[in-house]
Amino acid sequence: MSSKNLVVRFAGEGGQGVVGGADLMASAAATGGYHVLTFSTFPSQIKGGPAWGQARVSSEPILTPGDWLDVLVAQNQYAYDTNLPDLREGGIVVYNSEEFEVTGNSRAYGIAADKMAREAGNPLASTIILIGAVAQMASIDLGAIEAFIVKRWSRGRASDKQIIDGNIAALRMGAEEGKKSGLAVTPLDPPPTHGEPRVMIRGFEAACLGAMAAGLDTFIGYPISPATTMLTFMEQNLVGVDKFVGQSSSEIESIAALVGSGFAGRKVMTSTAGPGLSLMGEGLGLAWMAEIPLVVVDVQRGGPATGLPTKTEQSDLYAAINPGHGDMSIPVIAPGNPEEAFWAAGHAVNWAERYQGPVILLSEASIAERAQDIAIPDASKVKQEYRTVSDGKVGNRRYAGDGVTPFPVPGGPGAYVANGSEHDEEGDTTHLPGIHVQMTDRRFAKLKVLEDGTFEAERTSASVALLPWGGSKGSALAAWRELTAEGVDLGWYYTMFLNPMPPALLEALKAKRLVLVPELNYLGQLASRLRSMGVNAQAITQYTGLPFKEADLKSAIREQMGALVK
Amino acid sequence: MSKRNALYDFKWCPGCGDFGVKVAIEQALAKRAVEKQESIEKTVIIAGIGCSGNLVHLQEGPQPFALHGIHGRALPIAYGVKGPRPDLNVLTVGGDGDMLSIGAEHIGPQARRNLNITTIVMDNGIYGLTKGQASPTTNVDVVTSTTRYGKLDDKLNPLMAYLGLGVGYVVSELSSRVKPLGEAIKDAMDYPGFSVVHVQSPCTTYNDTYALLKGDEKKGIEPLAFPIPDTHDVTSVHAAMDLVKGPRIPIGLVYRREGESVPADVRLRDAKVRTKVEQKSVDALLREMVI
Repeated sequence: MSSKNLVVRFAGEGGQGVVGGADLMASAAATGGYHVLTFSTFPSQIKGGPAWGQARVSSEPILTPGDWLDVLVAQNQYAYDTNLPDLREGGIVVYNSEEFEVTGNSRAYGIAADKMAREAGNPLASTIILIGAVAQMASIDLGAIEAFIVKRWSRGRASDKQIIDGNIAALRMGAEEGKKSGLAVTPLDPPPTHGEPRVMIRGFEAACLGAMAAGLDTFIGYPISPATTMLTFMEQNLVGVDKFVGQSSSEIESIAALVGSGFAGRKVMTSTAGPGLSLMGEGLGLAWMAEIPLVVVDVQRGGPATGLPTKTEQSDLYAAINPGHGDMSIPVIAPGNPEEAFWAAGHAVNWAERYQGPVILLSEASIAERAQDIAIPDASKVKQEYRTVSDGKVGNRRYAGDGVTPFPVPGGPGAYVANGSEHDEEGDTTHLPGIHVQMTDRRFAKLKVLEDGTFEAERTSASVALLPWGGSKGSALAAWRELTAEGVDLGWYYTMFLNPMPPALLEALKAKRLVLVPELNYLGQLASRLRSMGVNAQAITQYTGLPFKEADLKSAIREQMGALVK
Repeated sequence: MSKRNALYDFKWCPGCGDFGVKVAIEQALAKRAVEKQESIEKTVIIAGIGCSGNLVHLQEGPQPFALHGIHGRALPIAYGVKGPRPDLNVLTVGGDGDMLSIGAEHIGPQARRNLNITTIVMDNGIYGLTKGQASPTTNVDVVTSTTRYGKLDDKLNPLMAYLGLGVGYVVSELSSRVKPLGEAIKDAMDYPGFSVVHVQSPCTTYNDTYALLKGDEKKGIEPLAFPIPDTHDVTSVHAAMDLVKGPRIPIGLVYRREGESVPADVRLRDAKVRTKVEQKSVDALLREMVI
């Protein structure tokens, strides 16, 4: 008997390398040809506090981090106690026997990995020792992991060989421990064969690269969890001639600077999280009013105010569409996984250019931080749209007409006043009722050019449909597949394009008896928005700071469908 | 009403100091365009909110680009314009409320970035547009609609604040001295880093300080404003701080930092050359991630 999946969780406290352990495990397995997906959760502090990282390794494409653990690596008593309930029947615990003892559990084995690493003269290798033990217990080919170690630490430095040899020795030490334990989980299937090159990519990297593929040239941001990774990636990689990356002194500065750059003809982006998005409300309104293309990436975290800075949630949808006062409707694209993040970021840049206004790329902590193997995206397939630039023929009448009009770029013809106050065709302030009507209508009419979003639709004849959004897509898709296999008649709909939604999707949803919307928030934000648009939508909510488990979603869907029958 | 646009429905009160600033900016831009042999469209004026911000709609003659944004944010908007587009001339205009109250948090970061941006502050010591509330530069004890017992907070010394925050080029001027003001604005734009031109621009409706600034020799009233003596060392920050400590207001070039002042865009350009950094294509970056 063999298994398609191996789910390993490294649990301990921040600073113990538990997140790094899961990443290393995933990278090693990916190098061996497996599909991998990681998830981590940790508190907002440099060291300490409960944290864990999880790696799912599979012979098949992966949708979720996995509900149940095959192996729990526990660094301390608390980690053992709190994570044990997630261990599947027949699962194994590997614990840090230097830290604590587990008694009365025949499926637990203690390894003093830190001590062994110290004694071997390679104190940094304790994680590798643990990975060696886990690999042995799951019958993963050690040769593949050794190949990974060679690749990872071949950095052209004099110390390479010593580090590689030390780490391979540590891996074998761990495997010996695994053998000694006498414990094993169902052996993992051999890795699949792949036709095309694959990349190991995180959601934030994919989003950055997608935006760059669409021609992004300017990025200005302010550090905030969990969005800082995009700023640092751009600092490192958006670097050539005419590229500009800057650190502002607040999110208020970020959005104002973006307005300036977009006005000056640049393709601009910032990354932030909820608190930053709140501060950007007025600036986003300015971009909407003055018709300035720019992209704000909101990597959603939990709760209002400071909330849960490092946890995942989908509670910024209202704030993304209406981040500030007054009538506006900011276009929103929400990717469901790292691969979609690449394409969504490209779309976001292009949408901003096409309709000449702000666009929000709505990401999530769990997507941004997730590492996953995907087929290498073809960057040449990302379109590079650029706003139609004014040739000066209409002079300074930048806001003439009732749709998207040519954009005068400073330095070229058509000098005008880009104005956040209500304005006439030339951008001069005016408060006349007729002009406010004309210009408000103009700004909303421009959204029409964004109605080209695509969507997924399966089992469209079913009267009840499932419509997840963002990072809940994976768990929802897994749940939907199982339910339909069990004979449940449930439709499947999904789109990244939340505002404006593809009109054909909206029509299809309106025809349903019930649309179930799994979303990680209290309010049921997409469901309530859909109801306001005439869809009978009901949310399935969760607000724990963690993603949905597929089992929980399955039972919630069954419950809601059952209630409908009654 | 704007001479060029009959729909525009804003006007300054008769005698408003901002008229002088407007003309001075027009003169500075015209002169600079001739000197640099470049079109006026290379210039961008970023305005905040307040009576001062309306200046961009009232500009006459050849039109620069302008952005009339939101309250207090002209400086970060200017950062976004000038950072990636160093080829543009960037000016910001705002009042004491816009720049020294809601927008004050942006002066320090902008001074440290030291991009070639010129900020013109029109100080009338009051919120004019919203009809007469106390501002950071309203005098102590002055009764306004928000200070019914007289202003309780101390008055800000803006010139001292600029120097303290590290602004490398500080000018103090009067809106009534249009020609010298125009020259001062042009000189400030020529300075390679961040510059502030602080203008006493009286509000004839809510805080008319013309007489105070000018004084009255016959009545023996000393003018509040005084010309900076030729002996002042403009390159010394200590001399500048001594000069601006008040209560009288010096008029002229207060401070011009020399030597150590390198604008952030120049640092960035140099760093890119030094580290031989090259833009990799997206495809190349993806290839580096191949398993």
